[in-house]
Amino acid sequence: MRLVEQFELGLAAPICLTWELTYACNLACVHCLSSSGRRDPRELTTAECREVIDTLERMQVFYVNIGGGEPTVRPDFWELVDYATAHRVGVKFSTNGVKIDPGVARRLAGSDYVDVQISLDGATAEVNDAVRGAGSYATAIAAMRNLAAAGFRGFKLSVVVTRHNVDQLDQLKALADGYGAQLRLTRLRPSGRGADTWPQLHPTAAQQRQLYDWLSVHGEQVLTGDSFFHLAPYGEPLPGLNLCGAGRVVCLIDPVGDVYACPFAIHENFLAGSVRQPGGFQAVWRDSELFAELRQPQSGGACRSCQFYDSCRGGCMAAKFFTGLPLDGPDPECARGFGDTALQTVDRAAAPRPALDHSHRRPVRGQAGPVPVVIAPRPPDPGPPARVCDESPLAGFAGRSEQAVSSRCG
Amino acid sequence: MSTNAEVSGADPAFDLDRPWRIDERVAVRPEPFGALLYHFGTRRLSFLKNTTVLEVVRSLAEHRTARSACLAAGVSAATLPAYERALATLAASQMIRERPGSEGARP
Repeated sequence: MRLVEQFELGLAAPICLTWELTYACNLACVHCLSSSGRRDPRELTTAECREVIDTLERMQVFYVNIGGGEPTVRPDFWELVDYATAHRVGVKFSTNGVKIDPGVARRLAGSDYVDVQISLDGATAEVNDAVRGAGSYATAIAAMRNLAAAGFRGFKLSVVVTRHNVDQLDQLKALADGYGAQLRLTRLRPSGRGADTWPQLHPTAAQQRQLYDWLSVHGEQVLTGDSFFHLAPYGEPLPGLNLCGAGRVVCLIDPVGDVYACPFAIHENFLAGSVRQPGGFQAVWRDSELFAELRQPQSGGACRSCQFYDSCRGGCMAAKFFTGLPLDGPDPECARGFGDTALQTVDRAAAPRPALDHSHRRPVRGQAGPVPVVIAPRPPDPGPPARVCDESPLAGFAGRSEQAVSSRCG
Repeated sequence: MSTNAEVSGADPAFDLDRPWRIDERVAVRPEPFGALLYHFGTRRLSFLKNTTVLEVVRSLAEHRTARSACLAAGVSAATLPAYERALATLAASQMIRERPGSEGARP
């Protein structure tokens, strides 16, 4: 059995998981996957967070991706980071940089067990701030400068690829390189507030091809969180696991302790349980009916007959769900264009809505009006790729028959 | 287990006849298919695709050579090259490292 098929049956514990510590955020990014802004009064307490970390240690979860909201605004944030790393649970946290002053940067640079991911969605303030809010570019750059000055090598510059920054990939990589950081590109999902902005922000079909070509050249030097496996039909699969890990190798713990199949699926249909229930996180991971279902072999549905199904696996569950597409059909950004066709026939207004909304009730700085996105005329669709070798011996490491294979996290 | 390794050319830095051990920054988690390895320093994951290679890796520090660890785990001469390549992959990603000759070795 191929490794990817083993993983689809689930693991004893997640390889890594996303833990959003708070819905509170100083920003109001228009594509926020968790509709963050205001703190939820039911947020896990410090003691409850420690219990979660104890469980993760017992389960040998190697590291957690901590996010939010803006996790560093939690008063006990550094305490929890120290507690996790003291228990051999590595921490990679995502931040907009607001708390990364020179002192914090020095402290972070000293630990093997902590990694930092600075979020930035454009190589210029103009492109970034249109999505993340006025001043957010300057904040992120200052944080990167502080980390670099403290000698923190290899922190991550994390970029959600949009219609407006896809032409800046070279600049973004140069920006990361300049601070001794590593570029991480991830896919924009129609989750959270992204459900409303995805139609205007997600890369066009031509841009997706452009992104694929860029990743084919630079894929070994950038991280992608394995989020672009749906682009595999354009050619060779990209480096990484190339599967939907929801409930199988990843999941989400949200700020109030609810466990969802993946960070992009905050909706009751993907709610597996809560760390507050008896047995805690371990019981949810092991016994949840939803996760058991996700770990069943998937039929592939309408995609099963597609020659590229083995590499794209039908794409992203959350992207389909929140655009109103059936889960066993093509991804809305299907490289062969089937998603586009499906989107034209689906009733978008009837698509499921993200379950929770912690958005600020009043505008925060730089977000005073409607999102200033420019909708460019859509270029002609180039159509399906003319030639792809289905049986390539280089079909990603998951297809190799080595006894040990290596991959990067995140 | 499959032995028809498609990736040829073991890392020249790996020597089956030298003593090896798991890097101290590596955590090993057994799984039904084998094991997951995570290196906290490089933040890389590796996957061991069967329980024999897991046994080999876990017992490296107890053997004078990696070859002896393989043989003790029941690796046959025919499959040894595949295990050598697997170990070379792990060495190249710093999951295992060479240790000074006599350290911790079985007499």
